[in-house]
Amino acid sequence: EEGERRHRRLLEAISSLSGRKRRRLAERTEASAQVSEFNVSTKGAGEKLVLSELLQPIRPKSALSGVKKELTRVKQKAAVELPLSKEEAKRVVREAAYVTTSKDVGKWQQVVLQNRRAEQLVFPLKQDIATVVPLEQAVSAWKARTPLEQEIFGLLHKTKQPITDPLLMPEEAASLQAMSLEEARQRRAELQKARVVQSYYEAKARREKKIKSKKYHRMLKKSRRRKALKEFELLQKSDPEAALARLEELEQLRMQERMSLKHQNKGKWACSRAIIAKYDLEARKAMQEQLAKNKELMQKVRVELPEEKPDDVPEEDLMSVTIPTIPMGTSRANPWLLGKPSSPAKEPEAQEGQGDVLEPGAAESKEEMEEEEEEEMSEEEALLQDFAQKRHVRQQRAGSPEGPGADATEAVSEPLGDIPVPPVCAEAEASTGIEPSAGIEPPAGAQEGVLLWQQLGRARTMEDVEALASEEHVEEPVATGAETGARQPVATGAETGARQPVATGEGGIDQRGVITEAFAGDDVVADFRREKHKAEQDAKPQPVNLVLPGWGEWGGSGLKPSTRKIKRFLLKPSPAPPRKDQHLPHVIMSEKRNIYAAAHQVSELPFPFERHQQFEQSIRAPVGATWNTQRAFQKLTAPRVITRSGHIIQPISAEDIPTAARPALEPVPGQGAQRGWRRGRMGL
Amino acid sequence: MRVKVLSRNPDDYVRETKLDLQRVPRNYDPALHPFEVPREYVRALNATKLERVFAKPFLGSLDGHRDGVNCMAKHPKSLSTVLSGACDGEVKIWNLTKRQCIRTIQAHEGFVRGICARFCGTSFFTVGDDKTVKQWKMESPEYGEEEPIHTILGKTVYTGIDHHWKEAVFATCGQQVDIWDEQRTSPMCSLTWGFDSISSVKFNPIETYLLGSCASDRNIVLYDMRKSTPLKKVILNMRTNTLCWNPMEAFIFTAANEDYNLYTFDMRFLESPVMVHMDHVSAVLDVDYSPTGKEFVSASFDKSIRIFPVDKGHSREVYHTKRMQHVITVKWTSDSKYILCGSDEMNIRLWKANASEKLGVLAPREKAAMNYNQKLKEKFQYHPKIRRIAQHRHLPKSIFCQIKEQRIMREARRRKELNRRKHSKPGSVPLVSERKKHIVAVVK
Repeated sequence: EEGERRHRRLLEAISSLSGRKRRRLAERTEASAQVSEFNVSTKGAGEKLVLSELLQPIRPKSALSGVKKELTRVKQKAAVELPLSKEEAKRVVREAAYVTTSKDVGKWQQVVLQNRRAEQLVFPLKQDIATVVPLEQAVSAWKARTPLEQEIFGLLHKTKQPITDPLLMPEEAASLQAMSLEEARQRRAELQKARVVQSYYEAKARREKKIKSKKYHRMLKKSRRRKALKEFELLQKSDPEAALARLEELEQLRMQERMSLKHQNKGKWACSRAIIAKYDLEARKAMQEQLAKNKELMQKVRVELPEEKPDDVPEEDLMSVTIPTIPMGTSRANPWLLGKPSSPAKEPEAQEGQGDVLEPGAAESKEEMEEEEEEEMSEEEALLQDFAQKRHVRQQRAGSPEGPGADATEAVSEPLGDIPVPPVCAEAEASTGIEPSAGIEPPAGAQEGVLLWQQLGRARTMEDVEALASEEHVEEPVATGAETGARQPVATGAETGARQPVATGEGGIDQRGVITEAFAGDDVVADFRREKHKAEQDAKPQPVNLVLPGWGEWGGSGLKPSTRKIKRFLLKPSPAPPRKDQHLPHVIMSEKRNIYAAAHQVSELPFPFERHQQFEQSIRAPVGATWNTQRAFQKLTAPRVITRSGHIIQPISAEDIPTAARPALEPVPGQGAQRGWRRGRMGL
Repeated sequence: MRVKVLSRNPDDYVRETKLDLQRVPRNYDPALHPFEVPREYVRALNATKLERVFAKPFLGSLDGHRDGVNCMAKHPKSLSTVLSGACDGEVKIWNLTKRQCIRTIQAHEGFVRGICARFCGTSFFTVGDDKTVKQWKMESPEYGEEEPIHTILGKTVYTGIDHHWKEAVFATCGQQVDIWDEQRTSPMCSLTWGFDSISSVKFNPIETYLLGSCASDRNIVLYDMRKSTPLKKVILNMRTNTLCWNPMEAFIFTAANEDYNLYTFDMRFLESPVMVHMDHVSAVLDVDYSPTGKEFVSASFDKSIRIFPVDKGHSREVYHTKRMQHVITVKWTSDSKYILCGSDEMNIRLWKANASEKLGVLAPREKAAMNYNQKLKEKFQYHPKIRRIAQHRHLPKSIFCQIKEQRIMREARRRKELNRRKHSKPGSVPLVSERKKHIVAVVK
């Protein structure tokens, strides 16, 4: 091919040389006579044949241009899609019909659920209610026939008595029609209830008003004021804007007070009091009270911005940080407590709540108060608070590394001097039931604990560890002093508290730290021990007290039966046989299960109940008439379904449903069974 | 001088009539009535035992048919009337109070395939193997031969018929579902979907334009009469014999299947049944709802009928007698007190729906005691001793053995699946719930 092309080019070049342009015959590459698939020319293969080009005449003609335009326009329009196959069309119709029908049927959902949940169903659903025929209807049906009746009617007509006219006013009739019997009943019940409630309130108010006691009224007022104040505080917390509005209202009141002359010792009563006041102490007091009230009302309320005290918080937190908690006895035995990362803010209190292992004596009364409050908190709350505060502290430290550290050292230096000797550990342990052998050498254990605790929680870098060790060395001689069993951890805690920001800044919280933090509060081993101890105590047979005061001696309030008698009648039980789990420290074996009773007992929680308490409760409440009043008994034993013999029960229909639920069932126009059905028939 | 004496108001202690109960002042102090739970437990135990002692559900049989009873229909207005069609083309009308046949019609040649009463109770329809639909008067003619009011000759065999609950329209099934106007001789509309024969068609009693049908190609098809179109089809593992709509819950129906189970469907969610009811040991042939919509009764090829609560997977009751053969049709009477079943050996049997119920009028005290006992049984039903007594039923040896056998088979299948799951790649053997297991597909 290449050769051919060159040849052609050469020919052209030659022909152009000759000067005159030779008219070249168009070469026909497509053989008309014998078309073979082997020698189809590829010329013009890439080009597309355009329809309009076929129409193009040799010379453009105006007559055909219109057709061309039409053609191009037609080409722009998309072709009409093929109609769906019969199967598919049917399927579309079915789907649409199914959706509408299931929606139609779905309107029964509410009724069905209600019936399933109903305490009692009475069949047949359509109960005949004896309806009273209105008088005028009965009268209108009746006509005078006998001459006597006609005579009477004539008389009545003469006097224009209403005979067939409705005795009711049109409005009344309308209202009667508008309201069904059931609705009317309902409404009456509502009205009755409202009336009762109102009268009750009225009676109460009257009663209270009648009370003459001034003290009572004073108390009432005071309580009201206090309540208002509390509410206001709550409001301030939850919705500051509303609180401001409220404050403005109060301001308004104050202004009114200032304008008025109330509480100013100008009234009649006040004048009389003023005269008596010289001689009567009570009167003077009352007057003073009034004056005070006036002053109070006149006083302008200062708007306190809800400012937190940012300065106080870190101080407090770090205070708590400085007091470390190393349960001395348990730390070695209990693996859960070894990896305690950082002493949580309120840890000491929480620990105290658990078992008074370590008691950092609080010198200041304020601190004591705080502790008391804390003790009231449940453990969980304390835990939550711990976490929150820890987070807070972390944030604070990340924000300002130097500030709180300095604070901490200050804070520490103060309590250091004050903290007294902690109570003997053994004593605390005896109360928690921990073996005393674990607490024999508390100081050593404490030191170990401190080291471990610091390593895990705080010191992350080598420098830290070294610094820590050196500090340890420095302080050891001080710590060996007889008194400072607990001081040492306090001091080191303070130091690390100051150093903390560096550590946390370098690395995040590692996995172990997270876990230990998550389980910071629960000391599983100690819990178990306590539980076992309790089980043991419970299983021990109790002494029986048969002492009757007053037998053989004088009885009465303030008199105790004699010790001799107590000794005689307090029956000590024989000791229980040794427990089976006596030598198994990690096991509690309950010996309560009675195999003879178990045959009669339910072993698994039955299906509809979710918790065993629910089931037990359902069994515990008796239903019999022996334990309940007749009325309650009837109510408790009412059957689920009541049917009447000899009555046909029809399937449920829209008329059976009480009016309250009916609107949902009313057929939407155009979808009703009747009309739709007709349409369907016509479609055939 | 004034003498003070003790005086009491006679109203407090004197009865109004001598028929009244003596007034007994009661002290409800719980300390005086200890051990309430044990005492009630004993009472419940006694009540349960008594219930089993008095459980005598069989009331009587209606014999007179000369071939197996193939279909039954309730009279919509009269509780004491029941219609039945036999395999020899005979239709009988029965009076239940007298337990007598009051009328016999030779309705068809061959089987009477279906029978249904008009909603007003004036006439009834039958279809038979002779390709005809016949309408008959409920009252017998004063003289002469029994003649149907109308006879429609069809092209194919009709296998079932059901009447609309409110209008003069009925539906037949065979090769397709036809909906007829009573006044015309050709169907108003024919609904088809697929080409297999349809065994049963039922109108929804609440939303009366809805129809359900089941065909022998294992599917259940729902139709809407208003739009004259099928709605949806659900294909099960095996063939469904009949279905029945719940008369109190418009969208619930129960299908009696060949695979020994019954399936309760919500027609809005056909992907899986609401409940699978299993206990039968052979194909379930018929099912009928109690008019209260709380329970249904099923007739099975295993020669027993069972009563299922709608929301429970297992039956609360099984009825059988020595002579009862394959039960083909079953009906729950409209007062929800009795059950009728028609079986192969030409008898219709009448049972109590509640086996230990006392028939007749109850005195108020009796009623109260009954209610209390019922409540106690309900309260202590989970206790093992009580449950053992309450659930104990005597079964024919064949059924008993089959139940055992099937339990073993089920257990084996379960174990095999467990093993397969254990030894294959996690997730490759998925857990399929019992409800999903029996559904092959839902066709839109």
